Amino acid sequence: MKSLAELEAIRNKAKGSVNLRKDDNAVRIVVGMATCGIAAGAKPVMNALMEEVAKRNLDHVAVTQTGCIGVCRLEPIVEVMVPGEEKVTYVKVDPKKAAEIISEHIVNGRVVTKYTIGAAQ
Amino acid sequence: MREISLHILDIVQNSIAAKADEIGVDVIEDREKDTLTVVIGDNGCGMSAEFLKKVIDPFTTKRTTRKVGLGIPLFKMAAENTGGSLEIQSKEGEGTVVTAVFGLSHIDRQPLGDMAGTMLSLFTAYEDIRFLYKHKIDEKKFFVDTREIKNVLGDISFQAPEVYLWLSEFLKEGEEELNQMEV
Repeated sequence: MKSLAELEAIRNKAKGSVNLRKDDNAVRIVVGMATCGIAAGAKPVMNALMEEVAKRNLDHVAVTQTGCIGVCRLEPIVEVMVPGEEKVTYVKVDPKKAAEIISEHIVNGRVVTKYTIGAAQ
Repeated sequence: MREISLHILDIVQNSIAAKADEIGVDVIEDREKDTLTVVIGDNGCGMSAEFLKKVIDPFTTKRTTRKVGLGIPLFKMAAENTGGSLEIQSKEGEGTVVTAVFGLSHIDRQPLGDMAGTMLSLFTAYEDIRFLYKHKIDEKKFFVDTREIKNVLGDISFQAPEVYLWLSEFLKEGEEELNQMEV
């Protein structure tokens, strides 16, 4: 069973490392989590994004949620905001696509054009 | 919505929109009474008696992008389909409590679904909110107060990789252990 003592050890190890997620230069990934998004499968997408960020140790990336983005038929929707770049909107995302978005867009800096809203319309 | 956990995720968004900083999520399975009760309570802005009366109506919503809101109506329908009910208590300036009762063994009851994943995404996306999550099956329970976790972590984020993975395991183990007792 996981214990709080274990968590304490994690904290002690992480102490001193700056929380870059609150920085203005942080990359923000936003998942639409209104009724429409959730019904379309936004929760596993959110969890996949978080897990991928954690596994790859991307400490400058913050994953957050928002309400209805307004194009319910294209949910789950994921928006990626890299400081200094135009916002990219990915549509009909699933956990597999989510992992690909992290590795390609966030890590390698290449927008995954085939999943963007522009490609869907 | 195919799972009760997804309804919960959805209804909690209402609490967040109501600017709550403390949200309780209770899932209580009582095999003797044959009920599964979900209680979502918050200390958000609450609703006026007038708004409360019509909040079940899908054409009532606080959002400004359009005129329909389906969260509460879908949750209510899912509960009523199992011989259960949904009730909302709210007071302006104090908060709101949504209680849904499902028939536990009713054939039309949706599976509870992935509560560990649901709570994980809430905890990590809304770090500043104190969540009190309780899942009970008869006498056995799993309880998490995110303030306790926050107290240990200090200013280290729930999204810090090691913390996130710890939380994920912690929730999964808690749920698994709870369900193991179900013989």
